[in-house]
Amino acid sequence: MAFAVALLSRTKQYTECPPLMEEEQYIDSRQKLETILKPLEGAEETGLIIHEELCSGCGNCVVACPVNVANDPYGSGRGFGPTNGKVIFRVENGKVKAANIEECRRFGKDRILCRACIDPCPTEAIEFV
Amino acid sequence: MTEPITWTCTGCALLCEDILVYIKDNRVEKVEHACLKGKARVYGCKHTAMSTVDQEEVDINNAIIQAAEILEKASNPSLYGWSNSTSEAQVAGIELAQTLGACIDSTSSFCQGITINEIMNGSIPSCTLEDVREKADVVIYWGADPMSSHPRHLSRYSYFPRGELRQRGYEEDRTAICIDVTESRTAKMCKGMFFRIPPGGDAEFMRALMDGLAGRVPKLSYDFDVKRILELAAVLKKAEFGVIFAGLGLVYSIKEEFDLISEFMSTLNRFSNFFLIPMAGHFNMRGFNHNLHKKTGFIHRLGFTKNGPVSGVEYSVLEQLKHGADAVMVVGSDPLASLPLSITKRLKDIPLILVDPCANLTSRVADVTIPCVASGIEVGGTAVRLDGKNMDISPLIQGDGLSDEMVIRRIMEEVN
Repeated sequence: MAFAVALLSRTKQYTECPPLMEEEQYIDSRQKLETILKPLEGAEETGLIIHEELCSGCGNCVVACPVNVANDPYGSGRGFGPTNGKVIFRVENGKVKAANIEECRRFGKDRILCRACIDPCPTEAIEFV
Repeated sequence: MTEPITWTCTGCALLCEDILVYIKDNRVEKVEHACLKGKARVYGCKHTAMSTVDQEEVDINNAIIQAAEILEKASNPSLYGWSNSTSEAQVAGIELAQTLGACIDSTSSFCQGITINEIMNGSIPSCTLEDVREKADVVIYWGADPMSSHPRHLSRYSYFPRGELRQRGYEEDRTAICIDVTESRTAKMCKGMFFRIPPGGDAEFMRALMDGLAGRVPKLSYDFDVKRILELAAVLKKAEFGVIFAGLGLVYSIKEEFDLISEFMSTLNRFSNFFLIPMAGHFNMRGFNHNLHKKTGFIHRLGFTKNGPVSGVEYSVLEQLKHGADAVMVVGSDPLASLPLSITKRLKDIPLILVDPCANLTSRVADVTIPCVASGIEVGGTAVRLDGKNMDISPLIQGDGLSDEMVIRRIMEEVN
């Protein structure tokens, strides 16, 4: 169970489980896990995935993200495009991009399950895994 | 990376003025803060229009002379489009129509023209988008889906941003309401405040809401929870600064009894403080209405007759295309793609001129096509935002052709 929790919090990789990797009886389970964990490969440290093909560049996440607002109150906080490089979300070529992930409320030891960028997305282009 | 240029986007009538564009060798390299619509606009046409007469490529001067000949020969020419042109080109178009004694109309004729007319004559109170951002605590999207049509509407002005009197933005200080026939992308943003009505049910819903505001029990012929209408009326009554964004869904549903909107706004403002903003689509649709009004006192559907300018349904583009006009010039529009075939099928029988930067369905059948550079990209000017605010637009890159204004002025020279 402890290993499963560590796996979910991404402090351990499934490849670190010797029986899973070495014993033949777990081949099916290993393949299943590989499929389930595939999306994590493209995820940021916080588990953030942006589905660019769904994004319309509306910028709701840019203005709703509390970190964007705190770090750029007169730009992102007021509805404009970000005016400095300290923000997490910004729109480039019509698609949202993420940076400064270590600033995200989902990052680090004191993380919280913030949903401020997910809920305002009209196309479900932002996901945390 | 080169220094970016701050640009006013002409992708829609929001005219976002905070866009950063990186240019290298007179080409757009990157665009920041613009939505997908803005990005598509800034990168330009997929296929540029060619200068043609009878679908044969010709020199642009010949195409202009041919267009002038067609318009001069016609006894009832009609000039249509204009919503994707700067105000300067629109003014030139109005002057050309006057010179020719032609009809002139824009896309507003079957879009938000009726709403803009009521706002301009003072029957409906309106406000600016800056007022919305700084003050609005209740916003209603009625028959409108800005998340699809004006993607930055909610993030720039109407819901998410912190405003002067709305420091907590959408989290605590604003309530978004959607009244529509379908659960649109915008409706998804209005959690718990989406009111689904049947197609054509807007007038009845409006009357029921007026009953609710006046403390009467609302009555509806269709199935709807009356309690929810009373709850909505209570929210509207408490609003300090409310704004209704009227979409085409509302306008089309209610156009036969449009006075109801003025009545509704008056009733609402006996209890509260509400304004209405039309959801104009093309970047300078409202500009045409303002410019024509300045010149003639009418906003659209205009004929320059022997007795002076006259406005009426018979001068509307739809009537003109169906049976009035004997030659049509389209500027910055694609009627074959955007209007029903029942209206456009006559275009194959009468001379058709197109002035446009892009090749489109209309250019495939036009007798004369005159390419121009893209307004707001290769040529600047002024435009009117959907709330009526005048905006300056600077060109982004150097175009190597004529602007639509220059094409119109050249045609005018030939006609004179």
